[in-house]
Amino acid sequence: MPTYQIKVNGASQTVDVSEDTPLLWVLRDHLDLVGTKYGCGIGQCGACTVHVDGVAMRSCSLTPAQVDGKSITTIEGLSENGIHPVQEAWKEVDVPQCGYCQAGQIMTASAFLENNPNPTEEDVKNAMHGNICRCASYTRIRKAVMIAADNMD
Amino acid sequence: MSSNNSHILSRRAFIRNSSLAGGGLVIGFNLFQACKPKVIAEPAIDLSTLDYNDFNAFIKIADNGAVTIFSPNPEIGQGVKTSMPMIIAEELDVAWKDVYVEQGILDTENYTRQVAGGSQSIRQGWDALRQTGAKARHMLVGAAATRWGVDPSECTVSDGVISNAAGETLGYGEVVNEAALLEVPEEVELKHPKDYKIMGKDATNVDIEKITSGKPLFGLDYKADGMVYASVVRPPSFGHKLVSYDDSEAKGMPGVIDVVTIGEKVRSLLAEDPGFSSKISSSDKVVVIAETTWQAFKAKEAIKATWEEETPMESTEQHDEILTALLDGNDFNTMRSDGNVKKAFAEADQVLERTYESPFLPHNCMEPMNFFANVTEEKVHLAGPIQTPAWKAGLVAKMLGRDEKDIHLEMTRMGGGFGRRLYGDFVIEATEISDKIKKPVKVVYTREDDMEDGIYRMAIKYRIKAGVKDGKLTAYHLKEAAVNDNMYGLIPNFFPAGAVENYQVDAASYDSNITTGAWRAPYTNFLAYAEQSFFDELAEMMEVDKIQFRLDLLQNVKGTTDERIQYSPERMEEVIKLAVEKSGWGTKAAGVYQGFVNYYCHNTHVAEVADVEIENGEPVVKKITCVVDCGIVVNPTGALNQIEGGVIDGVGHSMYGELQFKDGKPMANNFDGYRLIRMREAPVVETYFVENEFSPTGLGEPTLPPAGGAVANALKAATGNRLYKQPFIKSPELLKVPEKEIIG
Repeated sequence: MPTYQIKVNGASQTVDVSEDTPLLWVLRDHLDLVGTKYGCGIGQCGACTVHVDGVAMRSCSLTPAQVDGKSITTIEGLSENGIHPVQEAWKEVDVPQCGYCQAGQIMTASAFLENNPNPTEEDVKNAMHGNICRCASYTRIRKAVMIAADNMD
Repeated sequence: MSSNNSHILSRRAFIRNSSLAGGGLVIGFNLFQACKPKVIAEPAIDLSTLDYNDFNAFIKIADNGAVTIFSPNPEIGQGVKTSMPMIIAEELDVAWKDVYVEQGILDTENYTRQVAGGSQSIRQGWDALRQTGAKARHMLVGAAATRWGVDPSECTVSDGVISNAAGETLGYGEVVNEAALLEVPEEVELKHPKDYKIMGKDATNVDIEKITSGKPLFGLDYKADGMVYASVVRPPSFGHKLVSYDDSEAKGMPGVIDVVTIGEKVRSLLAEDPGFSSKISSSDKVVVIAETTWQAFKAKEAIKATWEEETPMESTEQHDEILTALLDGNDFNTMRSDGNVKKAFAEADQVLERTYESPFLPHNCMEPMNFFANVTEEKVHLAGPIQTPAWKAGLVAKMLGRDEKDIHLEMTRMGGGFGRRLYGDFVIEATEISDKIKKPVKVVYTREDDMEDGIYRMAIKYRIKAGVKDGKLTAYHLKEAAVNDNMYGLIPNFFPAGAVENYQVDAASYDSNITTGAWRAPYTNFLAYAEQSFFDELAEMMEVDKIQFRLDLLQNVKGTTDERIQYSPERMEEVIKLAVEKSGWGTKAAGVYQGFVNYYCHNTHVAEVADVEIENGEPVVKKITCVVDCGIVVNPTGALNQIEGGVIDGVGHSMYGELQFKDGKPMANNFDGYRLIRMREAPVVETYFVENEFSPTGLGEPTLPPAGGAVANALKAATGNRLYKQPFIKSPELLKVPEKEIIG
């Protein structure tokens, strides 16, 4: 099997996987980073969202070759001790119900706020529309992203 | 085993919101107005270094006073892992910030009803959990009093510190050893709700740190030494049976360890427990065992299986015809009958009859089904997301011919349940696989497996007929036609039972080979919409006010001696009146169209008002005002989360949810073909609690059923069209707004 060099949460990793192995499963099964979740496998739900060179992407739909040499951030590496403003806002609002989709929600929100530090609520709705929360914690996600925006500058 | 077994538990951050108290009768919450609660991030403490004394099955107290409370019930996102320990901590009288919460394992000797279902954990745990905490407090105080040589009545407790009249103090940790040796009292006095210090205040989800930092929590995150992954080739359609398969390509693929078949054990189980047959296929299935999840998924696709039709392939079109034929026929079980509806209809001045239709629904938990099993000579180790651990441990014991004591079941946090994880067909599968390959194994469903091999909410049709004489509702006849199973026995005693002199509920069902089961708020998730749409239409026919019509019906139930009646007319009246007030019912500016629903299910009274507005010529659900009487609110932030989620889930599924079948096969198998509600469609939810001191009831389900009805009634106000079929999006012509409304 081919080997790939990927940088995950600041650490360089060599992974030896078949070329069609989605980044999602490289992270979960090979690197033991299980914070990135499997939801649909076809880029429809957002549970597997990670940052690739700072851009929010669906790790279920990325091959190792597509991220070879790139810098990947997962929920585990978003901040030390989980204190990124988005994570803090999630705690403050007590967003999760089951919690399964929330890593993906947080990764989408944090990449979005990086480029849109002063969003309107409409902007937030549009940015978060691609991430499904089956428990429908949408009103709290909305609120938490707005709070995080306030606290990020 | 990876970090899942870590003893380092970071202390959860914790929110206190001191602005909870509202004026008068009601505590009102609006997320966008609530003042900002403070989060205190606590340092991580290594609990393994603490010297703990097990106090009882729920509580252990360390010498330094640290308290761990075990949460007995499975956590599916309904919040009991936080709220059940809060109830114990309240009566134990410790500071919530000093409490660590751990998930209890399945232990049928020490815990009762370890089930996530029916919105019953809080309601049925209420007395036992309070007594557990209070008895421990009583014994700790007793130990301190003995040491001081005073009477326990001279001692007081606050936040885990016992004081005597002389001003001496002892922490719980200092007396726990002596206390644990004392006799457990039969029953002790409980706190009055006005003295609560923990309950009624916001406590953040105890797993919040792990959830927001991506720590292992869920079944899919569970790993064990030597664990392999299994992916199962399932019958492509309901009715199919495996004939043969070719695994030559799959066996040569990277990481593939083995390919086996399962089914024998399931069939032996079904022979003993035929009731389970509507929950699991009896066909053989081909299982690919691999080193990683992806390798198992890929190799599964390379299996070439041949199937034969064992039972007929069904379709949505057929179900539609069958259910209508059932409603038109006479083959019903009568579930409740008061007076004589036939006679009353014959004598009525006006009769209204309407039929309502609903589709199959998959549960679509975000975490696809999965389970870990390791069957060894010594024991059977099971771990994963399951709503009914005791039931499954029993089935596994029966299936393997083992003693139930051999079954060790760990409950992981669940990425949603919604009823799907009541059944545990995946536990049975994982066990049979591990037994066969003699390895620790985790079976993982792809999303496609999850949607195509579901245990669905079945299609149901309701036909409701009402008779009016001299301006009064004299007859009400509800008929249910359902695939596989009919409504459970309490439902015919929900509103409006008891309010109409001649009242009858009949049910008929059709046996399908498609597996069906409970789906969040079974039956009522559709019935509430049907009945409450019907009430509105009935009030229109009778030319009476829609709210007054409902209140008048409730008057008929007051003082009833009929013990079968499940709801309280007084509590229902209260939620109705409060919803009218808080939603601005009847006072909204032009362009806001409202729909009203009052409902009772899962022991909770709810009223909801939907506000629909027209945007770009389309009706849009903007807001739901939700009034809830669930008695004492244990954890307001958790309660609000359940309410909001239930409401939006109800809006989403009534608007968009549908799974059709053709040739026995579901027509969608992933989120590209199945629409779930998303951010832009989610309305604002404004919640108000009725404040009282009734024992608490559950909130996982009861706010979902009314939402569809409130939306349907608001859409009628906006468009002039009544919706008789879910999902509403299927009738685009009925969602059109009249020209004048757009211009206006």
